[in-house]
Amino acid sequence: MPNIAKLAAGSCYLLQGNEAIARGALEAGVQYSAAYPGTPSTEILTNLAAVAKETGIHAEWSTNEKVAAEAALAATYAGLRAISSMKNAGLNVAMDTLQHINLATLGDQGGAMLVVVADDPQSHASGDEEDTRWVAQMANAPLLEPSSFQEAYEMTKYLFDLSEEFNIFCWLRDYTRLAHSRGRVQVGEYKKATKKPKYDTTKVFTPYIAPPKHAILVEKMAKIRERSEESPFNTYNGPEKPELLIICSGSGEPCSLDAIEELGLGSRVGMLKLGTLWPFPSRLVVSHIEKAKQVLIVEEVDPYVETHAKEAVAEARLADAPEILGKASGHMSYIGENNPDKVIAALCKVFGLEYAARDADYQKRINEVIKPMVASRGLIWCPGCPHRATFLSIGNAIKRDGRSAVVTSDIGCYTMDVFPDGPQVANTLHCMGGGVGEACGFGQLGDLGFDQPVIGICGDSTFFHGSIPALINAAYNKSNMTLILLDNAITAMTGFQPHAGSGRTATQEATPTVDAEALCRTLGCRVEVVDPFDTKATTAKLQELLKDDKGIKVLIVRRKCELLRMRQERKHPYKMWVDTEKCIGDKCGFCYRILRCPGIGYDKTTGKAKIQEALCVGCGLCADLCPSKAIVKEELA
Amino acid sequence: MAITADPLNLVICGVGGQGNILLSGIVGGAYLKKGYYVTIGETFGAAQRGGAVFSTVRVSKKREAGPLMPEGHANLILGLEPLETLRLLEKYGNPETVCISNTYPVIPASVSAAKESYPDIEPLKKAVTDMSAAAWFVDATSIALELNAPIAMNIVMVGALLGTGQLSLNVEDIKAELRDNLPPDRLELNFEALSRGIKAVS
Repeated sequence: MPNIAKLAAGSCYLLQGNEAIARGALEAGVQYSAAYPGTPSTEILTNLAAVAKETGIHAEWSTNEKVAAEAALAATYAGLRAISSMKNAGLNVAMDTLQHINLATLGDQGGAMLVVVADDPQSHASGDEEDTRWVAQMANAPLLEPSSFQEAYEMTKYLFDLSEEFNIFCWLRDYTRLAHSRGRVQVGEYKKATKKPKYDTTKVFTPYIAPPKHAILVEKMAKIRERSEESPFNTYNGPEKPELLIICSGSGEPCSLDAIEELGLGSRVGMLKLGTLWPFPSRLVVSHIEKAKQVLIVEEVDPYVETHAKEAVAEARLADAPEILGKASGHMSYIGENNPDKVIAALCKVFGLEYAARDADYQKRINEVIKPMVASRGLIWCPGCPHRATFLSIGNAIKRDGRSAVVTSDIGCYTMDVFPDGPQVANTLHCMGGGVGEACGFGQLGDLGFDQPVIGICGDSTFFHGSIPALINAAYNKSNMTLILLDNAITAMTGFQPHAGSGRTATQEATPTVDAEALCRTLGCRVEVVDPFDTKATTAKLQELLKDDKGIKVLIVRRKCELLRMRQERKHPYKMWVDTEKCIGDKCGFCYRILRCPGIGYDKTTGKAKIQEALCVGCGLCADLCPSKAIVKEELA
Repeated sequence: MAITADPLNLVICGVGGQGNILLSGIVGGAYLKKGYYVTIGETFGAAQRGGAVFSTVRVSKKREAGPLMPEGHANLILGLEPLETLRLLEKYGNPETVCISNTYPVIPASVSAAKESYPDIEPLKKAVTDMSAAAWFVDATSIALELNAPIAMNIVMVGALLGTGQLSLNVEDIKAELRDNLPPDRLELNFEALSRGIKAVS
């Protein structure tokens, strides 16, 4: 990770999209940043937090995205430039606040606010492919979408200025292939911002009463629409009158460039790349559509540009309007992220071309020789992960209880439970805090005849993020449920960000620890604490709690994330080896088939279990659980 | 002789946690310093932990390429895990592709659970060799284990990459990137890993 405050003006660096955005924000004079970690948005705040002390800015991991947006708004009211970044799902949490802001304006102290929302087409690390561009339109926030790393940086700076000028927050659409890819960025000058925050208490800023404020906002958006029409972020390259006009946004540009080059269509296809997506530059788009014989829209995920382009053409009442191809026509997919091959396929369809990525003989041999050998490799918990032990115990306790307990799970590394290679203990899994909320609901069905025990699951960071209101509701409305709180001391899935229970801030300062255990007791819950590696005690305690039908039971399963432990302690606890005399191999297979730790596998030559030396972290769990006592753990000095 | 394609399409693949991202940054960074456009595409986030991961490094004098390359268009595949070399060859290979692969397997959960099987290493090597213009195999994990640092396997593989002479980069280019990207107390070990990798293919 580069130090984004120390990049030399005028020089080129290989920056991740998120780093380019963070650098742009610094150059724009940002003084306040707040976010909740969420892939693929996390690194924006990580990079700002890493330089917070030297640049004098505030950077925090907030409890959730709504709090982050509100905190950033407050800094803006105090006259500062503030940024709040989040993933697509995080936007849904923040939306209650964001929907109001532009009606209320950003106050009268010259502040500016940028919201960066990182979408995740293809759901690399999300529950869905939510396309948040529609939401920017709903919130009346000017929306830009970068197509390159340089643009991500430039647009960030531009949007802060636009925000200050129109006194409304602006929106940058980030996305996985930008956020987490790296490319060349030439940076400008960074000067430390030193504005002193203040608030004029004779003023009130609120969306109430909305209609007259809405009228002012509509006028502002009309003015910004004119900027969109002229914006240098919208560019055209290609022949004067193309046979096909590609209109693209975001990753659509690089994918289309590859496709045009691959098919040698440079003289026949033009490309209008749009960077300003709301307000939509309708006149610009129509002026290009008029000159083309056909139009193809390349964007991800929803037909957002496609819908607006069709609307623009309808509004312009074009005689002989060319056909607009895209998702609705079946040329592009509604599903997944863009890639060059999808655009190649669409261009082949339009021009009636045949295309093969490689010659037929090679392809045939790939299909016959390589394909059958390629085993799948799904996601699975790390060697030494506490969740592996926890879910084993949950499964065992449910089996022993025998009443088909329902398990509602949540978002974190433990989500991997429901993936194809996970143990699949959970029954439902939706969003941050959803595990407790749904458990609360199931736990209230007893009066209606529901007789299955109920287990809700959440992680520690998830507990603080969105589970507490649900737990309060469960207590208040007399739910009968058990919450399993997986306390691994960190927000692990997104890369070890501290949270309210960690005792330190985003900038590594010491801070009071919010005690989840005490909080649960305060709410009147019965609280028990176990070490998940003591699987016997964990299973027995959970069985006991499932039998307790009075109110809310909380089982805190506490063990540090193994990756975090290793970072702090830098050594493995045990050396592990398999005693092949005792191991009965496939007659048992517990360690490699059931436990499925990457640190232990099956040795074809001996027919026995074998420690994968390069991966095993020596946690000792498999030795404790081996039914034949064939795995040995030797304590290391 | 080094590959001369423009854009030069490299694929670096492996299993989450093996150090793809450091490698793509090192190779990409070395080209950036020589004035090339460099774009690196990757899959990461903890969501990829233990899963199949790959990075693309696209290098050009002409234009900034996108992070994803068309299928069948890899010039070189650097595989940190043999099954992953195979997986990426299936998608991005062509008759001109060269492969440099670690031979030390990381067994997927689907195989441990006996749902699928892991190919034997000799047929795997033969398949990779048959489907490439040239292929090199290195037991990089065992070399790194000898150095008492399994984590340095990725640097052994970068050494192997240098040793094959397929890229127009030299040892000093890579060492400069390692100095920029690693803490000073880790340099000696990684330089050793680098030279062991070079030696492994010479």
